[in-house]
Amino acid sequence: MDRTLVAWVEDKPGVLNRVASLFRRRAFNIESLTVGHTEKPGVSRMTIVVDGERTDTEKVAQNLYKLVNVIQVEDVTDHPAVHRDLALIKVKASNGQRSEVMQIVETFRARVVDLGLETLTIEVTGTEDKIDGLYEILQPFGVEEMVRTGRVAMVRGKNGKGPAAKAG
Amino acid sequence: MPGSGVGQAGRAGGGWREGREDHTVECGDDKGGEMKRTGAQIVWEMLSREGVEVVFGIPGGAIMHTYHPRQDYGVHHVLMRHEQAAAHAADGYARVSGNVGVAMATSGPGATNLVTGIATAMIDSVPMVCITGQVPTPLIGSDAFQETDITGVTLPITKHNYLVTDVDELAEVIHEAFYVAGTGRPGPVLIDLPKDVQQAETDFSPPDDRRELPGYRPREAGDPELVQQAADLVNSAERPVILAGHGVEMSGATDMLRTFVEKTNTPVALTLLAKGGFPESHPLTLGMMGMHGEAYVNRAIQEADLLLAFGMRFDDRVTGTLETFAPDAKKVHVDMDPAELNKIVPVDIALEGDLRRVLEQMLPLVNRDERVAWRDQVDCWRGETAIRDVLNRPANGRLLAPQVIDAIYRGTGGQAILVTDVGQHQMWAAQYYPLDLPYSLVTSGGLGTMGFGLPAAIGAQVADPEREVWAVVGDGGFQMTLQELATAVQEKLPIRIAVCNNGYLGMVRQWQEFFYEQRYEATNLLNPDFVKLAEAYGVGGWRVTRPDEAEEAVAAARAHDGPALVEFQVAQEGEEGNVYPMVPAGAALHEMIRRPEVAAETV
Repeated sequence: MDRTLVAWVEDKPGVLNRVASLFRRRAFNIESLTVGHTEKPGVSRMTIVVDGERTDTEKVAQNLYKLVNVIQVEDVTDHPAVHRDLALIKVKASNGQRSEVMQIVETFRARVVDLGLETLTIEVTGTEDKIDGLYEILQPFGVEEMVRTGRVAMVRGKNGKGPAAKAG
Repeated sequence: MPGSGVGQAGRAGGGWREGREDHTVECGDDKGGEMKRTGAQIVWEMLSREGVEVVFGIPGGAIMHTYHPRQDYGVHHVLMRHEQAAAHAADGYARVSGNVGVAMATSGPGATNLVTGIATAMIDSVPMVCITGQVPTPLIGSDAFQETDITGVTLPITKHNYLVTDVDELAEVIHEAFYVAGTGRPGPVLIDLPKDVQQAETDFSPPDDRRELPGYRPREAGDPELVQQAADLVNSAERPVILAGHGVEMSGATDMLRTFVEKTNTPVALTLLAKGGFPESHPLTLGMMGMHGEAYVNRAIQEADLLLAFGMRFDDRVTGTLETFAPDAKKVHVDMDPAELNKIVPVDIALEGDLRRVLEQMLPLVNRDERVAWRDQVDCWRGETAIRDVLNRPANGRLLAPQVIDAIYRGTGGQAILVTDVGQHQMWAAQYYPLDLPYSLVTSGGLGTMGFGLPAAIGAQVADPEREVWAVVGDGGFQMTLQELATAVQEKLPIRIAVCNNGYLGMVRQWQEFFYEQRYEATNLLNPDFVKLAEAYGVGGWRVTRPDEAEEAVAAARAHDGPALVEFQVAQEGEEGNVYPMVPAGAALHEMIRRPEVAAETV
């Protein structure tokens, strides 16, 4: 089963490299890793998805703490949390198919962000399952390109706000 | 104008070994105000403020600007002959002095030559700061002359590293680097310094305080609840054994450990790096455990009902195969680094914290216990060992390496700083030179770096000019860094070198004999005349081929004014040339290859 870790790190050059290098060095398998800014200046937030069967998240966390720039690590898998992935999917849609694709987009609560003569580009946000589902349905039309951000996660309610909240 | 610095902390207290508090920098005369300084000047200004007395290194194009103002700052520089040796010397210096060792090198090949030394310090948790020159910032990434991405290269083998691109950050980075290197689980830190940053001028004011490091919070005390649980296990154990590691010395816990041991009467097994962390002449010392530990030590571990792992990391050389490791024992593991807990051996109580603090916490909670039955049992097993000891055999005229180590031990009264290289001689040194004094063994434990011995001995002698330093090396490893004889002569360092020459890469040869069908592939060495070699460098040289010459040669080397080398031509092959006992890699700790007993019975 996938496990989701959230790591708060100092926003400094090379930190992503340090984290990625650590995963390689300790032979941890990453399913996905996303990084971006947070509400606190100077602090970035990583969401790391690992294969829980092959990788012990406790070990991942302990090793991440060996990096001087890693501020806090939480395994949010067992917390009620919002998990989101975002995908852009460019699908073939000539005149005849366009409305059918649009219907699918609506059903999935995705949206069309670009319209070309031969293609539609769809933006979809949701759990990985939902995006997988949309992709599967769009495949018969011909998917030209797809890009996904990887999972980001946030614990619901008061728990797991990370170092920013604790410092406050 | 040179900074006055804070003086060497280390042993006196306040270094990484003692106080473990932040270095607070006391300003000298006029150091409060701002003044123009180049990056190069800031390096020395900050080094002296961190209490650095000596730097080991080699200059070159990208670091010479930093070297230029050194003389103005009263920091001594030891000119090595290879950067690998500079790193090992800084390492040896750190292990003996308790201060952070400093190595300096130029960009590109100078920096990459440090790599083996950095990796050696990393795995043995030795505090070190390496400063490397780098090509000017506008050229970084252009494959300029002597450019190497050394922060990239050293990422997995440093505790932390920095590429400084702004001279205004330099002072803070250096201050932080020393803090990170010397606190928590110590380790090497590298600072890469582009040439234009060394040249740039800025208004320098010493950093009042360390930058906040929100992600770096080494834990000191252990969780009181876990400490209580550990103490409960100690109190209910009948056959406890302490597995003492390098952490005993690193946390300054030697005295505290002794108090704990004497109160609970728990026998102490030592990792290689723990030698000296607990006095080996103490009746409760078992001695070195693991692959080349004595059989009774490993037996005690295998039969224990409680293992207390103190500042050690269950190296495979210590545990043998994990499936059968101490099957009946509850296990308590105390370590500074939480990533070590449950890494190799699943334990019942995983206690993150500084060992000295944890022992302080645990001491009032454990009961005084004589444990007579267990101690008698261990001593009974111990008794069997003496009859197998090669030193107790009748002399046959052939010189054995254990006799060499014993001659050095007797000559020095066990008071020397013992530095080793890596291989058979290292194990013999560990077996036959019992140490009672802490911080007296300098050896590459985790990485097993051949070539470590001579340069590390140079660092050790610089750290403590008063104590006698013996570097025990093999003929193979010695030839990896022997050019450092020149450094010892130039620095007038009276190190004593014992070359155990068996004409082989001996440990590899031993494995070939035991496990590789006695095919001695690429292990036979055609060696130079080591005595002539020593003399060519201006080092006193002696050669010993018979056991009865050993004592005299050791005495002559000790009396020599300046560095001295004794070549001991020791038994090359077979039973006399092998290290016993031995746990084959992957075997259980109690499945040892022992010295054949037939010969032993002739005693």
